[in-house]
Amino acid sequence: MASPAIEIENLSKEYPHGFLNLKKKRSLENLNMDVQTGEVFGFLGPNGAGKSTTIKLLMRLIFPTAGTARILGKSIHDVSMHRNVGYLPEQPYFYDYLTAAELLDYFARFHNLTAADRRDRVQRMLKKVGLETAKKIQLRKYSKGMLQRAGLAQAILHDPQVVILDEPMSGLDPLGRREVRDIILELKREGRTVLFSTHILSDAEMLCDRVGVIVGGTLRGIGAPGEMIGITAQGMEILFELPEAGTKTPLLEKATKTGERYRVQVPECELYAALEQLKDARVRILSVAQIKPTLEEFFMNLVDADRAQANAVEVSGQ
Amino acid sequence: MRNIWTVATNTFREAVRDRVLYNLVFFALLMMGAAILVGQVSIGIEDSVIVSLGLTAISVIGIFIAVFIGVGLVSKEIDKRTLYALLAKPVQRWEFLLGKYGGLVLTLTVNTAAMAVGLYVALWTVKHPLERGDWYVLVAVYLILLKLALIVALAMLFSCFTTPFLAILFTAGLYVAGVFAEDLRTMQAVGLAPETMKLLRGISYLLPNFENFNVMGAVAHSRGVPASLVWQDTWYALLYASLVLATAAVVFSRRNLK
Repeated sequence: MASPAIEIENLSKEYPHGFLNLKKKRSLENLNMDVQTGEVFGFLGPNGAGKSTTIKLLMRLIFPTAGTARILGKSIHDVSMHRNVGYLPEQPYFYDYLTAAELLDYFARFHNLTAADRRDRVQRMLKKVGLETAKKIQLRKYSKGMLQRAGLAQAILHDPQVVILDEPMSGLDPLGRREVRDIILELKREGRTVLFSTHILSDAEMLCDRVGVIVGGTLRGIGAPGEMIGITAQGMEILFELPEAGTKTPLLEKATKTGERYRVQVPECELYAALEQLKDARVRILSVAQIKPTLEEFFMNLVDADRAQANAVEVSGQ
Repeated sequence: MRNIWTVATNTFREAVRDRVLYNLVFFALLMMGAAILVGQVSIGIEDSVIVSLGLTAISVIGIFIAVFIGVGLVSKEIDKRTLYALLAKPVQRWEFLLGKYGGLVLTLTVNTAAMAVGLYVALWTVKHPLERGDWYVLVAVYLILLKLALIVALAMLFSCFTTPFLAILFTAGLYVAGVFAEDLRTMQAVGLAPETMKLLRGISYLLPNFENFNVMGAVAHSRGVPASLVWQDTWYALLYASLVLATAAVVFSRRNLK
């Protein structure tokens, strides 16, 4: 089995704060995890959970209080590691006096590429992220979504084996998010390892081979998206319209009416029975969809579990 | 070296696109006005007035750029987080720092050279042909440039560990103290204990001696500048700036970028 692309061992980070910086606030606690070569790994957690801290530690933007990490077998303190790693910061901001083409050319120079190679790659990347027509516009005139694309282009410009993206979908419209998803899937097809942080469960479900869930600086678990974040359906929702007023069906009592449409939720095991009833009543079924927990519900459950555990410890201590 | 050059050229490009060199227009207007005015109000000392005024303007404008842009070189990159993507490339932090330093020194060199040309044009309008003594102005310009390079290093050092406002304050304060370093060394203060005098003298040797670089008085009167002083100042600026930049690199390489 190939060695992991990213190995993190007991990584911790404390920030000094308070008067004279005498107090310590722990942002990350003994993080242990691996990201396998060629997989797409999603790093999930609410704001302040420690996702960006972890990524910044990997990118040596901040330094660990304890622990270590390796990318492609090289220590994160080894600058040469960056030759094979691409990084998109959260809400990226670049030199706004440069055009996208100049920015990419600037970053490409740090990878010792020839002028011809740089030109070729810059063109390809601009095309890939859909900025070809805006390549001569200064970045100060770019929208947030366009900046995100430029950021993505600079992250993959040098054909890195490992790509680390901090909230790559943030600030993008649905079309932009889809394009980023396509790029991540393309990177996966090319055999690259992708680690990205996100708040959006559906993105994690759609893209990730595995996800890690982090809350309050502590990793709560790693696994396949379905098993980790419980994206198994909580039930089924049927949307339907009555063919004519006065149509009777027992499900109408449970249904919520919005305009002319009715919405009813049933347990997954009762779906077919419910559909039979609706079929018998000759109603028009518009859609059948799974009901999934929202991100808020998911993280609130974790936070509630934390509180319950803390209370239990307090009570047993008393 | 390649990384340093890449960062330096981009810093220069930033200065040009952010219209830093627009100060040259102000300088040109000042010199034109001075040349016209001096010709009317001073008799026999037009050239010395032009040289004094020109060199002072070169120095003051340069100091403003060195302090304000020097402080922003690092702090702006951290505040705007433009540094994040760059440091995720195979670039050492000290390479970034030296590149930014080199870029601003390059900007100041171009700026100072352009102002020197303007000064000579103004000088030529009040006195032509130019004499041998007039070329000493170039030595004074060179020494001003050394002084500016030292100020940029100090501004960068302070901006590596404190806020931009405090960094400006510290740099400006150290510059003023440095101008009077020589006086502090030779001061015979009445009523001060010998230990205090020793301490002051010790501090005066640690301060950057900016007065070393001031040869305006001599040059304005077409007096030469000893080559030994030029060498001494060159080495002094080189060593002092290297020490300051090395300290800045150590501080910056340990800094967490939140």
